[in-house]
Amino acid sequence: MSAVTPEPRPKSLMLHLDGVDKSFKRGGQSIVVLEELSLKVPTGEFLALMGPSGSGKSTLLNLIGGLDRPSHGSVVVDGQSIDSLKSSELTRWRARNIGFVFQFYNLMPVLNALNNVALPLMLTNLSHAERRKRAEIALGIVGLGHRLKQYPRTLSGGEQQRVGIARALITDPKILLCDEPTGDLDRASARDVLDLLQVLNRDLGKTIVMVTHDPQAAECATRILHLDKGRLIRESGSGANP
Amino acid sequence: MSMLSLMLRGLGRKWVRTLLTILSIFVAFMLFGFLAAIRVAFASGANVADADRLIVRHAVSIIQMLPETYGDRMRRIDGVKDVSHATWFGGIYQEPKNFFPQHPVIPDDHLNLYPELLLPAEQLQAWKKTRTGAIVGRTTADRFGFKVGDRVPIQATIWPKKDGTQTWTFDIVGIYDGAKSGTDTSPLFFRYDYFDEAHRGTRGQVGWYIVRVDDPKYADAVAEAIDQTFANSPAETKAETEGAFLAGFASQIGNIGAILTAIISAVFFTILLVAANTMAQSVRERTNELAVLKALGFGDGQVLWFVLGEALLIAGLGGFSGLLLSFTLITVVGDPTNGMLPVFYMPKADLGLGLLLVVLLGVGSGFLPALQARSLQIADALRR
Repeated sequence: MSAVTPEPRPKSLMLHLDGVDKSFKRGGQSIVVLEELSLKVPTGEFLALMGPSGSGKSTLLNLIGGLDRPSHGSVVVDGQSIDSLKSSELTRWRARNIGFVFQFYNLMPVLNALNNVALPLMLTNLSHAERRKRAEIALGIVGLGHRLKQYPRTLSGGEQQRVGIARALITDPKILLCDEPTGDLDRASARDVLDLLQVLNRDLGKTIVMVTHDPQAAECATRILHLDKGRLIRESGSGANP
Repeated sequence: MSMLSLMLRGLGRKWVRTLLTILSIFVAFMLFGFLAAIRVAFASGANVADADRLIVRHAVSIIQMLPETYGDRMRRIDGVKDVSHATWFGGIYQEPKNFFPQHPVIPDDHLNLYPELLLPAEQLQAWKKTRTGAIVGRTTADRFGFKVGDRVPIQATIWPKKDGTQTWTFDIVGIYDGAKSGTDTSPLFFRYDYFDEAHRGTRGQVGWYIVRVDDPKYADAVAEAIDQTFANSPAETKAETEGAFLAGFASQIGNIGAILTAIISAVFFTILLVAANTMAQSVRERTNELAVLKALGFGDGQVLWFVLGEALLIAGLGGFSGLLLSFTLITVVGDPTNGMLPVFYMPKADLGLGLLLVVLLGVGSGFLPALQARSLQIADALRR
């Protein structure tokens, strides 16, 4: 009897953008931000998007997260074509499937870390105790289990960003969208945050799309895409490429 | 954490501004409460006036006296059912600030004409048996602690006694209540026969007559008949319905209702601008946070209610506490003028209107900022 080694199953596609255009009207002129952009991201990938300012990185992230809609083309996330969803459906979909991490953390200054993290759970039917429990777990994952009651103003930049990541994780989303997550941090804090994102990708299987200017940050990703003037111009591997 | 607690924490962000806005709304609704009570005080006579009662006074002025003999002649006029009379005594209890009205009347006649004055039967009997007896309304009795059996000295300002002294001493034999909330229970009534005999002036004079007609439909015709009866006499009369008489009395000061409405409208318009400005500023400052809420999955409607809820909370905290305090002060402390406004209360209708205004103020001040928050484009707002 010979041993049969099964062929590795192809990874499913988490993200598929096909022929996406995005343009804005400004001062009566149409400004093209993204042009004929197509992209496939397998489930569990850590993708870094790099490019100069105005290259369309953040716009691309907004389209993936359903914060904006493409002018043409389609955006499919985990099999769901999101550009066909109505506004209210898109809002609900976003709450269930997307976790956002922002450059400037965007925490509520009047809420402590625990309540900031539990904020997205207000949209669920979970009990207060269950929400609190999950928020504590999320803060534990990012290493802030001991700072539950701290308000954002009493936390360092790196800690605030980790609270932001915990908030993004709390609903167990399929995909994390990070817009310059280390752009406002010193080198050591940036390293901690990037290490954390790598752990989430590797150990929890989260698909991550990260916009960054920082080549060292991009090195943490498994694939790096370079954008310029709304087009994908280059793809490269990274130090983290398995 | 609930949506309400999120709103409350939002209000606490700029707590000085929030507190000042709440205070301005609080003051506005305190003012609303007191102005409502003042309006009632001025309109109370007309409001509680019976349609079938006429007031007959001297044609020249209320301070001119009428002969007591007119009463019998009025009773003979077609359409007249009952007649009584009263006179302004204008005395002072201890010191001028302790104002309350006093009138000499005929007990049975007066209580017959004013059934809204509720006096126990045994106290009426006592009054009829006591020449120097007087009855006093609950408001004044409570104000000065008068009780049955007390002797109350009143200093005359218009009607000195025959012996030249100014002090009239009355025996309190009864305390009457009002049948309605608007009934004036401040006057002290004493017996006309005692008054007419003891004062130094001309006998057989009265201040004004109160006439009950058979049918309110013919009140004007009866009033005209009374005036014609006494036309070309030394004391011509002017008869009118009690409501018209009291409304005319109040309008000597001005159109109180219109003045108060103008004041309160100006106050509320200003407060609306203040509260709306606070909410607009609050939304402008939190554009980014509202966008984050939307990015996290809060719907347009939820964000709209979030902002509108904050506006309603501000209006509610200020408005309800202002209404509650003014209602409590008006009810417990009462007339702040020491008797100038004997009927001083906040009607339930005004309380209801006040509550409605609180809600309208909240919606009015938060509506535009809430719409602005609702239509916020996440991607645009996050770029700001």
